[in-house]
Amino acid sequence: MSALGFKNSLGIHPQTLQLRASRAEVLANNLANSDTPNFKARDFDFQAMLDAESRRSLSMNVTSEKHQRGTVDTDSDLLFRNPYQPSIDGNTVDSQMEQSFYTENALRYNSSFQFLNGKFKGLKEAISGQ
Amino acid sequence: MSLTNVFNIAGTGMNAQSIRLNTTASNIANAETVSSSIDETYKARKPWFQVLEKQWDDVDGLNRKLDVRSQIGDGVKIAGIVESDAPLQKRFQPHHPMADEEGYVLYPNVNIVEEMTDMMSSSRSYQMNVEVMKTAKQMLQRTLTLGQ
Repeated sequence: MSALGFKNSLGIHPQTLQLRASRAEVLANNLANSDTPNFKARDFDFQAMLDAESRRSLSMNVTSEKHQRGTVDTDSDLLFRNPYQPSIDGNTVDSQMEQSFYTENALRYNSSFQFLNGKFKGLKEAISGQ
Repeated sequence: MSLTNVFNIAGTGMNAQSIRLNTTASNIANAETVSSSIDETYKARKPWFQVLEKQWDDVDGLNRKLDVRSQIGDGVKIAGIVESDAPLQKRFQPHHPMADEEGYVLYPNVNIVEEMTDMMSSSRSYQMNVEVMKTAKQMLQRTLTLGQ
């Protein structure tokens, strides 16, 4: 298979961007609930989720309506964070940690974006043939 | 799109924190509002924060339950504003116009120190939500330049 063509050349970066955006949502929700009693901070295992995303194409073919829609089982659940300093109201959000995770996530989003942008630039150049 | 959802989440956070600031302002403003009966005396008001769960249509519900994105909350909401049941302050001021027969005046159960720390906490949380929104905005603007 050639490296050219949209599907192959973009690699894992589109899925990564999507996952980074989802993770931003989870972390933003943690930060918004940093004062909510009994709120438990959530996050997901990025590696496991990325594996699950790339294995999504392994789902079964459905040629009749009576077929079961088989999907690959992955343990892609949201996990609970272990707090460094649990607070007395049952809240497990360490807002400093969450903030650093959020910023790191945004930076990694930007770097994935950079890669994706480079791929598109390369493809553009290939199309124009110069 | 997840990133636009971050705006909603940070928005609910800012809204909740500003309501909390409002109750603090009300409590501090009324800290010296006296009365001569327990029912009429101002009581400290506190917001009650709760997680705002995602709302799904019933049809979609089953399929979406399997998706990890459905487990993410949708921010924070104020479920209600409750009055503190801490005991009111009773001060002996027989010459006060609001004094009862025994010479006592009832002051609200507002704890100024508590209110001040609450105020600092909520303004910091508000700022944090603003930062979250700012970062999400930068990420989205970046995405719009894809392929340029």
